[in-house]
Amino acid sequence: MSQIQSVATVSPSSIESVKSEVTNEFLTFRLGAEEYGVDILKVQEIRGYDAITQIANAPVFVKGVINLRGVIVPIVDMRIKFGLGEAEYDQFTVVIILNVAGRVVGIVVDAVSDVISLEQEQLRPTPGMGSIIDTEYIMGLGTLDERMLILIDIEKLMASSAMGLIESGFN
Amino acid sequence: MSADLEQFYEIFFEESSELLADMEACLLRLDVNSPDLEDLNAIFRAAHSIKGGAGTFGFTDMTEMTHMLETLLDKLRKGELEVRSEMIDAFLKAGDVIKDQLAGHRGEGQADPKLAEEVCEELKRLCEETQTLSSESVKSVETKSEEIPISESISSTSEIISEQLSPTDDSANETYRIEFNGSDLAESVLTHLMSNLRSLGNLDNLTSETGKGHYQLRLRTNKSEEDIWETLAFVVDPGNLKIEKESTEKKPEVKSHHVEEPKQHSSITADYGFFPGAPAAPIETPSAGQQPAENSKSDSQIASKSQTKATAAAPASETSSIRVSVEKVDQMINLVGELVITQAMLAQTASQLDPVVFEKLLSGLNQLERNTRDLQESVMSIRMMPISFVFSRYPRVVRDLAAKLNKRVELRTIGENTELDKGLIEKIADPLTHLVRNSLDHGIEVAEKRIAAGKPAQGTITLSAFHQGGSIVIEVSDDGAGLNREKILEKARERGLPVHDGMTDQEVWLLIFEAGFSTAEKITDVSGRGVGMDVVKRNIQSMGGRIDIESALGVGTRMSIRLPLTLAILDGLSVAVGDQMFIVPLNNITESLQPSAEDIKTVSGEGRLVQVRGEYLPVIALHEIFNLRPKVTDVHRGILVILEAENQKAALFVDDLIGQHQVVIKSLESNYRRVQGVSGATIMGDGKVALILDTAALVMASQQEFV
Repeated sequence: MSQIQSVATVSPSSIESVKSEVTNEFLTFRLGAEEYGVDILKVQEIRGYDAITQIANAPVFVKGVINLRGVIVPIVDMRIKFGLGEAEYDQFTVVIILNVAGRVVGIVVDAVSDVISLEQEQLRPTPGMGSIIDTEYIMGLGTLDERMLILIDIEKLMASSAMGLIESGFN
Repeated sequence: MSADLEQFYEIFFEESSELLADMEACLLRLDVNSPDLEDLNAIFRAAHSIKGGAGTFGFTDMTEMTHMLETLLDKLRKGELEVRSEMIDAFLKAGDVIKDQLAGHRGEGQADPKLAEEVCEELKRLCEETQTLSSESVKSVETKSEEIPISESISSTSEIISEQLSPTDDSANETYRIEFNGSDLAESVLTHLMSNLRSLGNLDNLTSETGKGHYQLRLRTNKSEEDIWETLAFVVDPGNLKIEKESTEKKPEVKSHHVEEPKQHSSITADYGFFPGAPAAPIETPSAGQQPAENSKSDSQIASKSQTKATAAAPASETSSIRVSVEKVDQMINLVGELVITQAMLAQTASQLDPVVFEKLLSGLNQLERNTRDLQESVMSIRMMPISFVFSRYPRVVRDLAAKLNKRVELRTIGENTELDKGLIEKIADPLTHLVRNSLDHGIEVAEKRIAAGKPAQGTITLSAFHQGGSIVIEVSDDGAGLNREKILEKARERGLPVHDGMTDQEVWLLIFEAGFSTAEKITDVSGRGVGMDVVKRNIQSMGGRIDIESALGVGTRMSIRLPLTLAILDGLSVAVGDQMFIVPLNNITESLQPSAEDIKTVSGEGRLVQVRGEYLPVIALHEIFNLRPKVTDVHRGILVILEAENQKAALFVDDLIGQHQVVIKSLESNYRRVQGVSGATIMGDGKVALILDTAALVMASQQEFV
């Protein structure tokens, strides 16, 4: 709990947090036409999408839970959450298993691209914009040649009450 | 105190707690009129072991207290004084003080030094009475009863040693050689150890320079071997410790006869240079000092005696159990759970193979299944503990409470060896204590009343435990006054509870679990405030159990607690709705049936009811609650599972029944959140997750809809 709280209270605004952190490697994935990146250290593994068990009365983007070697792991479909791309499930659907806020959570994405390192100068602050994702959860924007990476503060996002993954009302 | 010694504290604390518990059990078992010498010895040994350990760690308050205990006990076991019940009381009190002191050293709470002093005084007083009585018969205090029969020790009147009181007394008449491997011990620990040993008597360090951590000591002391053992045992690995008795001969002429003897004797240890240049050390004569009466016996016989003693000490140090942290066991249980799932997965895949072509593979898989099941059973049994761990505390509770309330009560326990999960053992203790106290206070009447009612003056409280199906039943019964239906109803009305005269006895009895409910005429400090029974019920329900009451006015009351065997595994019925599977805990199911269409009724066009055996039950459609697409929507085409929870019934409407399973409970909350209507999750044979239904929540929700 305290861990989550500290994440919430520290909340360094946009680019400063990227600068202050040493980890500059990101796992990039696609959601629709957009490219996103998450801190590689938060990623536990990447696996396929199968054998999911629905959970009653959960938000639409919470697809359910899976058995990850004996651990019950909730799966969130980022495409539904962010309203990007078609939420189709086939043998190519990819789930990124994340280790955030002391929990294990899986996110469904369109495709995983690769792992890239970003130098300080490749990082840009997030401009304020009316977007479905609160800019609070975007660490910054990364530029790689012509591509733009949206770097998500995945830990903060997953712990947020908007995701409804963690029991609310305990702080 | 050196920091290095601290690593041994925990061992000492745990061992002492166990010893204290043993001591208490022995004390309570002790019959004042005909004390069992074995029990007295056991109590003595327990006190003695604690003293030894406390001495090693420098807990002087505990040493003092145990010493007083020991002195008195020693006289008792030698028959110098009759055991009286006030002594037992004093012993029990002393035990409590030591417990407090132990907790104090552990850093939990503070022992009351005043109380300790009082108890000490009382023990001393009892002890002095003893001395006046025993002044005519001079006996050896030095003997160890398990070695020498009392009759023999009495004959050795030549040696009266005031044990423990003057450790450096010249009359030190036993010489021990101590060998141990101390290479893994820190310098400060060793120094401390040496000073402890020195305080026992004259210590010679025979350790050779090249010994490489192998220590050899010679201790001349009036203490018993046990004392030395206790001093060392907490610090030195018992496997590396060897204590052997050598004896001092009081008469010099005998000495010369025995000069050659120790050489043979020491040949085992000669490799270590045990006697560097001291072949004729005068103190090397075997055990004559131990048994002066046997001086005339042949040397060989005596030598063999001392050797048997050395070997006899060794098995005592070997442990038949090991301490393992619960986390490790839980991890193992988890892993075995995984193995079972993997095995089930393999079995499912293999069932599609041609049994002729894959004969060997299939027989191998069969064997795997058997092995996995055995493994699972044995791993689960690690967590199982006999319920005597809980029951053993009640003789004391009942004894103290009965004395306080001036009642005569006998406690009987049945089925102490019934095993249940360690987690449950810890949780059941408090509710059970409450029920026992309740029985004693409200159930059992005072002797006069009992006699007037034609019952024996002594009341009986029976604690019993047994297995029934997949659960364990623990019963607390008394032959007391029983519950008074009228009185309970009257109280309930006073409190504004919804009651009527037509309620069944069962329903009336359950009222006593309401918060703040009490029919006690006067509030005592034991019970009667009406706080507790509701807590008892809540605790038991949180363990997945339930409590039932049977009672007859004037005959007695029986409270039965029914608990699942373990918290980790659940017996469940798997049901299907659409393409999803759910587990319904079996102990909440009364029956499953396929209703006929005419049994389904509606209330004001919605809210379905089903008539089952004359009762109208609300129908909970699982697909509606969980927003699923079911295969069947007509109630009479599906299956109704009748659930009972919190004494409310409801019918759960599902597509189909799949089967009965034992499922391993996994937490949904560790990575997700609580889900309404779901108490947990499990992994099925095919690797899919199935949710376990929270029947109580479902039933309660259905009730609310209809009110």
